[in-house]
Amino acid sequence: MTTATKASFSPLTFVRAIFIRVGVLPFFLAAALVIFSLMSQAFLTTNNLINVGRQSVYLILVSMGQMLVLISGGFDLSVGMVIALSSVVSAMTMVALLPMFPDAIWMVIALGALAGFAVAAVVGTINGVGVAVFGVSPFIMTLGVASAGAGLALFLTGGVPVSNLPVVFGDTFGFGRIWNIPVPVIIALICIALMWMFMSLMRPGAQIYAVGGNIKAANLSGIDTRRTLIRVYVMCALLAGLTGILLTARVESGDANMGSSMALESIAACVIAGVSLRGGIGRVENVVLGGFFIILVQNGMNLAQVSSYMQMVLLGLLLILAVIFDQMRYRMIMGHR
Amino acid sequence: MSQAPLISTHGLSKAYPGVKALDRVDFDLRAGEVHVLFGENGAGKTTLISLLAGANMPSEGEIRMHGQPLSLASVSDAQHRGIYTVFQEFSLIPTMSVAANIFLGREPKIGPFIDHRGMRREAARMLAERGFEMDPSTTVAQLARAQQQMVEIAKAFHGDLSVLILDEPTASLSDREVDNLFDFVLRMKAAGLGIIYISHRIDEFARIADRVTVLRDGAKIGTVEMNETSEAALIEMMAGRAISDIYPTVAHDPKEVVLEVENLHAWGVEGVDLQVRRGEILGLAGLVGAGKSRLFRAMMGLNPMTAGSVRFMGRDVTGLSTRRVMEAGIVYLTSDRKHEGLSLAATATENVSIDLMMGICGNGPVIQKAKVRQERAKIFDHVELPDRYRHRAIAQLSGGNQQKVLFAKSFCHGSELYIFDEPTVGVDMGTRAALYRLIGELAEAGKAVVLISSDLPEVMNLAHRVVVMAGGRVSAELNGTEINESAILRHFFHETGASA
Repeated sequence: MTTATKASFSPLTFVRAIFIRVGVLPFFLAAALVIFSLMSQAFLTTNNLINVGRQSVYLILVSMGQMLVLISGGFDLSVGMVIALSSVVSAMTMVALLPMFPDAIWMVIALGALAGFAVAAVVGTINGVGVAVFGVSPFIMTLGVASAGAGLALFLTGGVPVSNLPVVFGDTFGFGRIWNIPVPVIIALICIALMWMFMSLMRPGAQIYAVGGNIKAANLSGIDTRRTLIRVYVMCALLAGLTGILLTARVESGDANMGSSMALESIAACVIAGVSLRGGIGRVENVVLGGFFIILVQNGMNLAQVSSYMQMVLLGLLLILAVIFDQMRYRMIMGHR
Repeated sequence: MSQAPLISTHGLSKAYPGVKALDRVDFDLRAGEVHVLFGENGAGKTTLISLLAGANMPSEGEIRMHGQPLSLASVSDAQHRGIYTVFQEFSLIPTMSVAANIFLGREPKIGPFIDHRGMRREAARMLAERGFEMDPSTTVAQLARAQQQMVEIAKAFHGDLSVLILDEPTASLSDREVDNLFDFVLRMKAAGLGIIYISHRIDEFARIADRVTVLRDGAKIGTVEMNETSEAALIEMMAGRAISDIYPTVAHDPKEVVLEVENLHAWGVEGVDLQVRRGEILGLAGLVGAGKSRLFRAMMGLNPMTAGSVRFMGRDVTGLSTRRVMEAGIVYLTSDRKHEGLSLAATATENVSIDLMMGICGNGPVIQKAKVRQERAKIFDHVELPDRYRHRAIAQLSGGNQQKVLFAKSFCHGSELYIFDEPTVGVDMGTRAALYRLIGELAEAGKAVVLISSDLPEVMNLAHRVVVMAGGRVSAELNGTEINESAILRHFFHETGASA
C-alpha cells in the first residue's frame, strides 16, 4: 500500500478524491470486512450482518444527534447520561401510572415516553443555553451536565433498575415486528429519512452547517446563531432520549447505567464517517454507515473472541486514528500540502 | 568576493499542483541595501520570501549566499545562517514576557535554573540598542502591535544576522510607528545588513528603498533603482495597467436620507451624528482605531450600543440584533473576511447559498433549491467569479476571489444600504478595479453606500462625500471639491474639526 508513489499517480488521486469527499470510512469498512471474515467464518453471513444492522440502530440514532452538534462546531458528552435519565424517568413514570390506569396501557406508555422526551429536552436546552448564551465551552458544559444528570438518574432510582414495566411496551418497542421488520429498525429508518431531509432540504439544517463553518460569518449572513445552537443541542438530546426509551423497551427496565459508552462511540462513529471536529462538515448517510461500522467492528471482535477489555482499547485507538485522518483531510480541503 | 551579492536567487521557481507560484526569478540583495519586493497579492512576493526564509523548498533554481549555493532545510536552518524573517503572523507567545520571548529556546541559565534577572537585563540592553523603548518584563499580549513587532525584530539579533526580511511590516502601524521602524531600518542598513522589504505602499517605501523588484503573476517584471523611477511607473509595472483605469467615475445623484445616526455612543465611539443618502457613496476616513468601523459595527449589533439612536428608512433600528438590522435592509461587509466573513473549509457556492436562503430566496423552512441555484449563478456572474472557482473551498482561493465571494454574499439580501468595511484589503489591483465598479453600480442604482477605508486614494476617488473620524468622533465632513488628500489628513488628528 505504502509503496504507491508517482508511478501509480492516477489510482492515488482517486483514493485521495474519495478520502477528501467521504473520509476514512470506506477504507476502514473494507479493512474490517477483510480482517474479520478472515478471523471468523460466521462473520460475513447474511444473518450476522442483519443482526449487526439491528443492533446498530441505537448507536445510529445517538450518532445522528451527535453529528448535529459536531457540525455546529461543538460536541455533546452528555448523550449517554440522557439515555440513562430518559430511560429512568420514562420507566418510573410508567410504573407510577400503571396502577392508576390499568385499562389505559397505551396512554401510560405514551405518557412515560413523553416524560422521557421532556427530560431529554430540558437537558438539551440547558446544554444549548450554556453554550450559546453563556459561552461555556461545549466540552465543559456537556461534561458538567453529564455528571449532574447521571447523579440525578442514580438518585432517582437508588441505583436499582426500574422493573415491572407494561409487558406490551417491551413486546412492541423492544421486540415487536411490523412486516417482519423490527420496530426499532423502522423507527430508526424514519428518523434517518427525516434527518436527511432536515439537513439537505431545510433551511434550519443549512444554518447548522453555516454556524459550524464560521459562526461570526453566519451571524453576518443574518442567521440567529444562538437559536441554531440551542436547537442543535435539543435535537441531539431528543434523539438520545428516544434511544433511551427504545433501549428501556429492549431490556424491559429503566436503568441508570445505560448508555455509558455512547458519548465516545457516537463521536467515534461521526468522526470515522467524515464529520469534522472543527464543524461545518458532515453527512447524514455517512454517519449512519459510521454507526453501523462501530457495531460491525464490535461484532467482529466478539466473533473473533477478543475480550471486552481489549475491545475498549481498540475502540479508543480507532477513534484517535480517525481524528488523525480527519486532521489530514482538513488540511487537504484547505489546500495545504 | 566583495562583489558577490549577500544573497541571490537564480531561476528560482516554486510550483504547486496546477499553479506556478514563482516562475524563474533572479533576484539579488547587496549588503547595506534595502531591497523592496513590490507586487499585488498573489504576485509571488510571499512565495519568494518563504523560500529565502527556509519555510518552503524551491521546485527549481537555486539560492546562493556570498556566491555559494545554499540549501535551506527549515526556518531555523535559515536563521542559523543569518537570514531572519519577520512574518506578518508573529511567532510570539502572547502569555509570556518580552524577555522570555526574545530568549525563547536559548534562555541564559544558572545551573539548571533560568537566569530570569540576567535575561531581563540582556533583553533590556538588546531593546535599547535598537532604540525600542519597552519594559522587558511586560507580557507580550499587553503590547500594541507595533511593539510586538519590535519584539519580533529583536528576536532576530542573535548570532550573525546578515539578511533581515520584513513582510509588510507597516500594515496596521500608525505614522509615528512607521517613522520609528524606518529609522531602525536605515540604521541597520548603515550597519551593513541586507534588508528585503515587502510592501505595496509606495508612498512609504519610497523613503527607504534603494532598489525595487516588481513581481507579477509569479514572474519578475524588473528591478529598478528607486531614485530612477516614479510611483506611476511602479504601479504600471505592478498592475500592467495605468492607475486611471482602476477607479470608475460614479454618477452622483443624491436622493432622500435613508440612515440617520444621532449621538451614537459605543465602544470606541463618542457621540456621532451621521446621515446617509440613497444614490451616493459616503466615504469614512480616519486612522486605525478612529472609530469609523466601530461606529457601524455597533449599528449592526456586533458591538453593544450605549447611547444614541439609529433610524433607517423611517424605522427605529437602534440596538437591534444583527439579523433584525439585516432584515431592515442593511448589509455589512466585514474587513476581516477570514475570521468573520467566510467559512474557509466550505466552497464558494456553499458560502453564498446560505446568504441566499437567509435573504432573497428565504421563504419558508424548505430550501428552494432551483431558485437558489439560479440566483447564485446570476450573482457569481455579476461579481465575475470564474466558474472554476465556484466549487472550490474558500481557503484555496486568492484574496481577490475570496473578496468577490464576500461581495456576492452581500448581494443576496436585497439590501438598500451597503456598508463596505475595508473592501479591498489584500486584494490585487485587477480585482480592485472590478470591486470598485460593483460599488459604483450600487450607488448608481439608487442604493445607499458607505465605504469605510484606510486606503486614502480609494476614499478620494470613489466617495461623493467624506466623513473623517478621529478619536471616536466626526472631525470633518467634506463634499465634492473639498475632498483631497491634505484636507482629509488634516482632520485625522483634530477631534474638533471645523470649529478648531
